[in-house]
Amino acid sequence: MSSFWSIWISVITLGSILGCYLLLRWCLANKTGVEEGDDMHHEFDGIVEINNQLPKWWTMLFYICIVWGVVYLVLYPGLGSFKGVLNWQSSNQNIRSLAESKAAVEALKTNGIVSQYDREVAAADKAFAPIFEAYYQKSVEELAKDPEALKVGQRLFAQNCSQCHGSDAGGQRGFPSLIDDDWLYGGSPDKIKETLLNGRKAMMPAWIDVLGAKGVDEVVAYTLSLSNRPDLDQSLVTAGKDKFTNCVACHGPDGKGNQAFGAPNLTDQIWLYGATEKSVTETLTYGRNGVMPAFKDTLGEKKIHLVASYVYSLSQK
Amino acid sequence: MSEAIQVHPEYNYKVIRQFAVMTVVWGIVGMLVGVFIAAQLYWPALNFDTPWLTFSRLRPLHTNAVIFAFGGCALFATSLYVVQRTCHVRLFSDKLASFTFWGWQLVIVLAAITLPMGITSSKEYAELEWPIDILLTIVWLSYIINFFGTMIIRKVSHIYVANWFFGAFMLTVAVLHIANSMVIPVSLTKSYSLYSGAVDAMIQWWYGHNAVGFFLTAGFLGMMYYFVPKQAGRPVFSYRLSVVHFWALISLYIWAGPHHLHYTALPDWTQSLGMAMSIILFVPSWGGMINGIMTLSGAWHKLRTDPILRFLVVSLSFYGMSTFEGPMMAIKTVNALSHYTDWTVGHVHSGALGWVAMVSIGAIYHLIPVLFERQKMYSLKLVNVHFWLATIGVVLYIVAMWISGVLQGLMWSAINADGTLTYSFVESLEASMPFYLVRFIGGVFVVLGMLIMAYNCYRTIKGDSLQEPAFEEAKTA
Repeated sequence: MSSFWSIWISVITLGSILGCYLLLRWCLANKTGVEEGDDMHHEFDGIVEINNQLPKWWTMLFYICIVWGVVYLVLYPGLGSFKGVLNWQSSNQNIRSLAESKAAVEALKTNGIVSQYDREVAAADKAFAPIFEAYYQKSVEELAKDPEALKVGQRLFAQNCSQCHGSDAGGQRGFPSLIDDDWLYGGSPDKIKETLLNGRKAMMPAWIDVLGAKGVDEVVAYTLSLSNRPDLDQSLVTAGKDKFTNCVACHGPDGKGNQAFGAPNLTDQIWLYGATEKSVTETLTYGRNGVMPAFKDTLGEKKIHLVASYVYSLSQK
Repeated sequence: MSEAIQVHPEYNYKVIRQFAVMTVVWGIVGMLVGVFIAAQLYWPALNFDTPWLTFSRLRPLHTNAVIFAFGGCALFATSLYVVQRTCHVRLFSDKLASFTFWGWQLVIVLAAITLPMGITSSKEYAELEWPIDILLTIVWLSYIINFFGTMIIRKVSHIYVANWFFGAFMLTVAVLHIANSMVIPVSLTKSYSLYSGAVDAMIQWWYGHNAVGFFLTAGFLGMMYYFVPKQAGRPVFSYRLSVVHFWALISLYIWAGPHHLHYTALPDWTQSLGMAMSIILFVPSWGGMINGIMTLSGAWHKLRTDPILRFLVVSLSFYGMSTFEGPMMAIKTVNALSHYTDWTVGHVHSGALGWVAMVSIGAIYHLIPVLFERQKMYSLKLVNVHFWLATIGVVLYIVAMWISGVLQGLMWSAINADGTLTYSFVESLEASMPFYLVRFIGGVFVVLGMLIMAYNCYRTIKGDSLQEPAFEEAKTA
């Protein structure tokens, strides 16, 4: 903030507060030219006003609040770029990137000025880090059998993952169920952790331009036949079988999918975006873009270790 | 009640009658929508999977209807009435008054159509899209010209305090509305704000908080300053108190917006400044309450016989309560608990239902017999029934939201020994459900009261008068 704006803000702020104070003084002294307790000698539609003194308790309250306001603005930031004598700040101001934020945290440590946010995070880390550190020393398989560890993992799951995957981890349309044994990217402890740390980006391309509407219908019919769907138009299924060559690169020649790409198995009864012919047609026509966000920066590796243990335990029953 | 039969042929009562009747109509509509969306929060199936019946679209309809349709019509009716009565002169222009009325009704109808359709600027309390915003501005200017024009041609030398508040309210609302609604239109129904990021948030809450400060506070204080002394038949307690609290109130309110954005991307200095000013604001806010309540000194016995006065006095109590609560919630540490919870919703409704609606209802009950040249309301007993329905409804509403809000705030911040949050969001929602039911019941009470009011007003206007013993609650004691 330039010093011009800083002065501008300070002058208007203090001017307003001073103005309130002077107004109060002016009204306390009877300058109306009318004796106290008398009416103001003007009448509006039968309403008259009495020239009464301001209530004392109210006046005191006004003084107290004015003094409090000024003291607060001396202690805390408020008057433009003046930081306040307590040097308090809620978070690092003027940050525009994660890198800037990390640099600011370091810089502030050396200056001895720590923002409230950094202070609270540091205190939490200090108090809770040993707990997560201890769990981190154990393997996922081990933790998946430890009821206490699973409780912590479940709470972390409820707060960070349930929004998409559901409170019971059963998933919903577009968001996979984590309680079955079907895995898009693999269900080993390492794969689950990899998914959590770095996130996943799934990409099913749109096929309408390549296959045309009729071609899409045919491939849909063939795809549905892979999981033994009854009542399919066999001529469409046969025609679709040839066009399925477009799909084998990811879903494999037998349609069993490929965990390297997160390409789903098409031969089972699990459908991420819906099992109806309409949904599958929509998937083929327009494609799908599934995103699992990366949690490395938000949760950190040690908490992810516990979430992974919880998720791993769900499919081990 | 000699006042009621006093005819003032020199005043324009037509526009006042129109606005007074529409206050009741829009009050019922707006509050019904409120009760419906309160029910949706308890029984989510009530959105019937229909886009225009969902909470997200009906909530802005509810806020716009109660603030601008109900509150707005009440302010138009009373301000245009008070300015004539206290300036002892007819309105500056009857044609402009007519334009203001029909223009405002058009704005309301357009809002009622576009908001459920999902046409919105997505700015809270300023959801209307740009063509309606422009219409609103023109209508508002016609109102300002008429009001100030009337003050200019007044036949008394001084300007009564009610008119200071009305004047400050309409000028500031014009500035707020125009500044906050600045957009770049891309089509007739879609536009983008001229502001972005933290500046956009700041402008929005500078507008939002002063919609409360000037529309819902200064305007209704103007109403209070006429109808309380008039209904009580008592002089205003202190002229000097009105001077100091008027100037302090309008100069401090305008700073308070940032307290809606504590611990956000808004710079720290802006947040602290908003908080400091909010605390000082507490005192001038109470100045209005004291002046109103002290005006009743020597006339407290009238509360036993006059249910209309009860509305006015209870509205002042709620005003005092919410203007104490507001500055407390503006303190960062309190805000850390209260923000984003139902406590805020409760606070808003103690102001909106307890203060704004109660003072408006009292004023309308005072106005209807005068405007339609009747001796008194059709039934004072029904006014009293309305009073109790409204009071019980508001108390149920506020208490439910207080408990639910504090519960949510505590549940959200509760942590386990390992530092993880004790409750997931949905658990706090589950805990709030009983209070959502209580809030819904409170809302039903309020709407029932409004329906009784509509019936009472209808019978009064029709010319009926119920033969009832002189109203006196004390008899039953």
